[in-house]
Amino acid sequence: MIDIVPVAVEEDLVRVRQKVRQWAATYALSTLKTVKMQTAASELARNILVYAGTGTVFFSAIDGPRREFQIIFEDQGPGIADIEQALQDGYTTGSGMGIGLPGTKRLVDHFEIVSAPGQGTRVIIAMRI
Amino acid sequence: MERIPILKIGDLLLVTIQLDMHDQLVMDLQKDITNMVRTTEAKGVILDISGLDMVDSFIGRMLGTIAAMTAVMDAHTFVVGMQPAVAITIVELGLPLGGVHTALNVEKAIERLRAWGKIEAESDDEAHEGD
Repeated sequence: MIDIVPVAVEEDLVRVRQKVRQWAATYALSTLKTVKMQTAASELARNILVYAGTGTVFFSAIDGPRREFQIIFEDQGPGIADIEQALQDGYTTGSGMGIGLPGTKRLVDHFEIVSAPGQGTRVIIAMRI
Repeated sequence: MERIPILKIGDLLLVTIQLDMHDQLVMDLQKDITNMVRTTEAKGVILDISGLDMVDSFIGRMLGTIAAMTAVMDAHTFVVGMQPAVAITIVELGLPLGGVHTALNVEKAIERLRAWGKIEAESDDEAHEGD
């Protein structure tokens, strides 16, 4: 099963957070893991709005060595030139406080980012179920 | 239009946030609280976020801004009722909540505001109730 939530306006962030709650409930994630996933998803979906304008969020459960609840954030925005720098605490190019990416990374079990200038950005986060 | 209600109780404004707020609702709340502080000359603002199951950087920044705005208007803002999982998450996220007074619940926030002389001590009326 997969869920897809488009992100284009502020209200979509509420929809993304609701969807996280639904999925977390389905897989009986702990309260703490649910709050962390919700917060991480809110930050990353907001990044789509702020930096790319529009994008898409995909929800799924993946089977690996351990089952994981995975969320993918995809956009066709300007992309990130220096990912290492973007993952440093305090770094920002937008109006944020620079806690977006590094802060979000700390909240989840798995964090992956693929991006290049002009190529858009894809961020994958996952939490063990 | 959707709005978060602000209750006036003596020198206090009590705001209970129960729903997942979209950004505009957050911005409106900020404006409504500062307007209410001016019109009611409130000395304390208590934001009960026990109904919030997530505080991201946007909402965190809003809490800080409300605290700073009301402070220059001579009113102290307390954030109360934060769920433990939310507290853990915002610390790991690295959200700076400096300058925001916090208390476990509404009662404790009121105690602190009284101790600081920001709001009046409990009136005798209540104590004599049922006499």
